[in-house]
Amino acid sequence: MTNAYDVAHFLAGMMLVCSFTLLYQDRILAVLNTFAVQAIMLSLAVAWQGYVRNAPDLFITAAMAFGLKGIIIPVALNRMVEKLGIKRGVDQVVNVGVAMFLGLGLTSLALLLVLKVTPGAASFTREGLALALAIILLGLLQMILRRNAVTQIVGFMSIENGLILAATGARGMPLVVEVSVAFSVLIALFVFAVFLFRIRERFDSVDVESLDKVRAARAHR
Amino acid sequence: MPATIQSFVAQGAQMFFVLAIAPAVTGITRKVKARLMRRRGPSIFQPYRDLLKLVRKDSVLAPNATWFFRSAPYMIFAFTWVAAALVPTLASGLMFNWAADVVALVALIGAARALLALAAMDAGTAFGGIGSSREMMIASLAEPASLLVALTIAFAAGTTRLPEVAQFLIAQPLEIRVSFALAFVALVIVALAENARIPVDNPATHLELTMVHEAMVLEYSGRHLAMIEAAGHLKLTLYISLIICLFLPFGMAPFDGTAGAWAIGIGSYLAKLGLAAVALGVWEVSIAKMRVFRVSEFLGGAFTFAFLAILLEFLSREVQR
Repeated sequence: MTNAYDVAHFLAGMMLVCSFTLLYQDRILAVLNTFAVQAIMLSLAVAWQGYVRNAPDLFITAAMAFGLKGIIIPVALNRMVEKLGIKRGVDQVVNVGVAMFLGLGLTSLALLLVLKVTPGAASFTREGLALALAIILLGLLQMILRRNAVTQIVGFMSIENGLILAATGARGMPLVVEVSVAFSVLIALFVFAVFLFRIRERFDSVDVESLDKVRAARAHR
Repeated sequence: MPATIQSFVAQGAQMFFVLAIAPAVTGITRKVKARLMRRRGPSIFQPYRDLLKLVRKDSVLAPNATWFFRSAPYMIFAFTWVAAALVPTLASGLMFNWAADVVALVALIGAARALLALAAMDAGTAFGGIGSSREMMIASLAEPASLLVALTIAFAAGTTRLPEVAQFLIAQPLEIRVSFALAFVALVIVALAENARIPVDNPATHLELTMVHEAMVLEYSGRHLAMIEAAGHLKLTLYISLIICLFLPFGMAPFDGTAGAWAIGIGSYLAKLGLAAVALGVWEVSIAKMRVFRVSEFLGGAFTFAFLAILLEFLSREVQR
């Protein structure tokens, strides 16, 4: 079983590394590619769990993660970026070093917390939960630290990657829930897309700081 | 005591072996770079000839340079050589076994770097000052990362002594260890920064305002420069050996091994060293130098990787217990 654990650990660890890369990268296309890699790692991790535990429904989850988040969403976001004509770097609110330190702090926190809370659980579950919590927190951090709406969307999607990882670690969620979550993510993408184009139309930029200005102006009125 | 004598001879042989082979490593890297740029490039033995030429030449000193400026190259060379002697290359379990500690290694290299930075400021030129300040900035970012890598390894192997780490890893069955992969990436980044290679510094330039290492040694000539260059070659070999010892120690002979084991040790070490030199050349050709201000992000990445390596090692240990 150690071998099975090693592979699972490797795949989940690579997902965490992808989360850090998402925080580190300041080129928008590279962010999208990293997100695709993370989703592919997720699908591999889920498929591996399915193989180890002999649970064929997990293969469906893996296939959905691969198809939706590994291919469709990155390609759609890529097109969106092209249409919006944003080629320049992503604006971070703080510099990369601070972002990395915050990320490391959150990761340590997540690992220590989950290890403390789940002393009796199986090793797969603890591992999956710990890394998933770290990935979720990093996704939230990314949404906070980015000004650009597209990379915020990527942050949101990577939170969802973390959730699927957590669900897989904890004996998987029912397939119905799985499918509905996957489709709600897809719908979220459409909503985001509509919003993006609206924001762009209004402010000539996808920098969400311009929204703050509007709010400030309304408050003054 | 024959065992002591044998270990003494083995340690001495390894020390001089590393010293003798170091310039060739630089030579191979330069040759690979030149060939990839469709130049013929100098022979891989050119660094030896350069050193010989420099030793024979007179050395020119700035009028206001102090004794420190003159003695620093020898001290730098000595520190680097001792550090290089500590890393187990051909065989593990040599005479300096008890001292071959990763933390000691980092300290030795740090001392050599501090001496170089001070010496660079001694002559009082602007370039030396710029070089020193940049070198210190890079060092302050690279050293935490290298210590974290050392800690990761120590965490897994239960010791910071290099020979024991190597033996531990050789005894270990082959398995996927994501924490080691991350530590490996971090150490490679640190090694690139410490040895003033692309993308942190360009070792082939003398005229850019962005240079770091070359700016510090600009005032040196003759035998002093020869010492510093030799120390540079040694440092590159030292870092490659360190990476080999920590991550690919397979084939290393135990010191009381048979002649066959030693032959395998020498052969595999030379093969790995050569491969690393070629890989370095390919890497340097395929990437551009970074702006100085981006170096902190690059090395921050190394720090992050090293930290993640520790976290993942900790996690897998806690979970599997």
